[in-house]
Order: sequence, then structure tokens, then C-alpha cells
Amino acid sequence: MVTPTGSTLRLTADREVCAGAGQCVRAAPDLFDQDDDGLVVVLRADVPPEASERALTAADWCPSGAVAAHRPR
Amino acid sequence: MTRPAPEPFTDPVAATAPDPAAEPVRTHEDTPFPLVRSCPFTPPDDYAGMRERPGLTRARIPSGKRPWLVTRHEDVRAALSHPAASSDARHPAFPALGDGEQAVAAELRPFIRMDPPDHTRVRRMLVGEFTVRRVRAMRPAIEAVCAEQVEYLLGRQTPADLVADYANRVSTTVICRLLGVPLDDLEFFRRITSISGSRDSTAEEVNAALGELFGLIDRLIDDKSKDPQDDLISRLATGPLARGEITRHSLLSQIGITLNAGHETSRNMIPLAALALLEHPDQMALLREDPDLWPGAVDELLRYLSVADVITLRVATEDIPLSSGTIPAGDGYIALLGAADHDPEVFPEPERLDVRRAQRNHVAFGYGTHQCVGQNLGRLEIEIALRVLFDRVPTLRSELALADLPARSSSAIFGLDEVPVSW
Repeated sequence: MVTPTGSTLRLTADREVCAGAGQCVRAAPDLFDQDDDGLVVVLRADVPPEASERALTAADWCPSGAVAAHRPR
Repeated sequence: MTRPAPEPFTDPVAATAPDPAAEPVRTHEDTPFPLVRSCPFTPPDDYAGMRERPGLTRARIPSGKRPWLVTRHEDVRAALSHPAASSDARHPAFPALGDGEQAVAAELRPFIRMDPPDHTRVRRMLVGEFTVRRVRAMRPAIEAVCAEQVEYLLGRQTPADLVADYANRVSTTVICRLLGVPLDDLEFFRRITSISGSRDSTAEEVNAALGELFGLIDRLIDDKSKDPQDDLISRLATGPLARGEITRHSLLSQIGITLNAGHETSRNMIPLAALALLEHPDQMALLREDPDLWPGAVDELLRYLSVADVITLRVATEDIPLSSGTIPAGDGYIALLGAADHDPEVFPEPERLDVRRAQRNHVAFGYGTHQCVGQNLGRLEIEIALRVLFDRVPTLRSELALADLPARSSSAIFGLDEVPVSW
């Protein structure tokens, strides 16, 4: 789970798929939140380089596959 | 509101399911299952062999069914998040470990044994109650519950029972307050789950026990519909039930499973985790030195103990390819959470309790859309219960050697029946 320095990730979250487990918020509270219904909200879609590892952990922990971290081309 | 007729169950794979007699042998052996833990802390020893060898292991469970056993971390996650993973207990191949559980789950349809879209609809009525933020706000209330219950424990004659005199009281109080269930009888729920969660119970016994529970919840729904309070049953009664989004029959099941699962898991985890820390004084010393290690320690204890090991029962509605083999469409399987959580590929030296372990991607709460809805509450409750216990009772010790502690071996959630302690 090591990201090359300087690369940026872009986050997506599918609220249709979200199971509301809150794993993304545990992994990266600066990038994700849950609304009052428990569903995922992306706070910051463009991940600052220093948060890359947390973003990847959030995508790895997400049990439903709703959260993804993409590397823009 | 009228109750709709139950939907008929259509088996999506029945037409293509192979004739069992004609099925080729692709199995190592008929492993009798469930297996017994040789140490209360660690999942059964045989999981290691199953994880390492190529091919899936086929089990023989008491019903005579032969589900596949999934053991590697990557396979357990894949098998639980695959779109063809069905949790529907009405499927003939659903590998319930007790006949009572199979019949009752098929009839009552708790949301843990449902598929989307029904599952999604029910789960979404509940997830808002258990968000990271909502649970964080419960900290002072849970601290107060634990502080009160630890005084109860200290008021008992030694040896006291860490299960009945502390863990059960904490877990029952926390979940009952959240739901809005009056706390007249703290042993009531323990008695219900000891029957409803046991593989040895018949369908009649489970139905009778749950009938008692549902009677209580039914009366609460009536009361709270008229006079809503700040609790989950009130919100469900005046929201989804009043709007006709869920039947009363289903709502009883969903509240029942939330109560049972919510108190049994933490009740079993708290005494086991306390014992595990007593057995590892070096780890306890780290926690005393740096209390910031507690949240990570709770995740490590969840991984290490994996008490819900055999709860994840599924049926493959299509072939599910895994690194260790393919689960054929129509077959039942059990994704063993304890086997995944002790996979050395992901957790180096998995048998070592390491409160500073970096890897937190355990599956003690399951994986996929069914991952435990109350996990944030579970984590916090276990953390506070342990911290309060060890702060207030620093000389706590177990009266029995590990091997002599009576285990709930027939329970869906692993736990100890009784943990005599002194201080």
C-alpha cells in the first residue's frame, strides 16, 4: 500500500452500494463522513499526497465496494 | 396495515444445480464441522492446514449438508463481497449449523439472513443509529454504565463471575438503552440468546424463546407508537412502520436480532479479551503505559479472538472463483472469519497477541454488505468495558486455568459460560 510520492488519488463513493459500516470514516476522517442516514459522504475527492495512504486504507476497509481510490491519468 | 402474503422463494440455481450423486470428487475429505477450539483464544487448529493446501475443504455439518469452508483472508473477503453470495436462509443449501436456526431464520427472516434489495431496505433503517459520529457521542453514557457495573462486580463475593456479574450486565444495558427496552431483568436476554443462539436447540425451542422476546418488543412498539421516546424502537415505530415501509412481523424480527446480536457479541468478547490481556502481561503493560494504544488493541483482540467465526453462512447463486478453488453455483459455504484473521499472509505471527499490530484489516465483523451494522458501537463498548475494569480492579485475576473454563461450544458466537475471577 505504498504510493509514489507526489501522485494524487481521486476518491469516488457509490451511495447506492454503501452499507453504512463507517469504515472509511475510521480510516480517513479527513476525507470521508457519514450523513445522518449513515451513508458515505466524500469530504475531499482530490486526495492530498500526505493522505494517500489513508485513502487507500479506506478503499481497502470498505466492505461493500462503495469506496474507490483512482489514480487519474 | 395489512400484512402481505409471504413472497414465494424461487431458487435461482435450482434449474442448473448438479445432481449430487454425479458430482465429481474435488474435496480433501468430509471434515466434521464445526470444529472445537483447543484454546479459548484461538480458532480451531485445523484451519491452518485448510488455509495452506490448494483446493477448498468440504465440511459435513450436523444436518448432513456439505458446505465448502473458505479460510484464506483474501478468499473470505472475496466470498463475502461477491454479488452471488446469498444469505437467504430459505435456500435449501443454506448451511445453518443447527436445524432450529435454519427453520427459524427462514421463517423470521432477520436482515442478517436476507439478500438485497430486502436486506438493503432494512439495513438502511438501522445504519444511521450506528455511525461513527453517533457512537462517539455515546461514550459518556457507556462509561457511566461500565462504572456502575464494575461497582456491582466489586460488591459480589469472590470468586465472582466476569460474564454474569459484569460483561452481560454491561452489554445488555447498553443495547437496551439504545433500543429503549426497560431493564427489569438483565438475565432475560441472556436466557433467550442461550437458546436462540445454540446449535442444540430445536426449532420449537427457538420459537418459544423468541416468542417471549417478540411479545416484549410488540408491547414496546405499541407503547412507543403512542408515546415516542428518544430511542431506536420509537424511531422505527413512528418512522418506517408508521409509513408502511416494513411489516410489524418483520420489524419484530429486525429488533430481535439487533438486541440479540448486540448483546451476545460484546458479552462474549469482554471476558475473553480481559483474560487474553491477563495472560499477556507484557501487552497489558503497554496499554497501561500508553492508553492511546487502546483502540488498536481492541481491533487486535477482535482479530485474535474472532468470536463470530462461523456466523457467515452463505449460498453461491453463481460460481464464485477464489484463490483456493471455485465454489460451484448452488452450494452452501461458510467463510470462516477466524481462519481469515489468522492468515499469516496478512497477519505475520497470527497467534501472537500484539496490541501494536499495524494490520487492522481483520474480518472479525465480517465483510461485504452484511458486515456488522453495530461494529462501531461494539468497538467502543469493548474498549470502555476493559479500561474501566482494569482501572478499577487492577489486581483482577482468573480463578481457573484457561483449559478449565467452560466454553459455549454450541453457540453461534464463541464465548465462555462462566469466568470466575478474584481481585
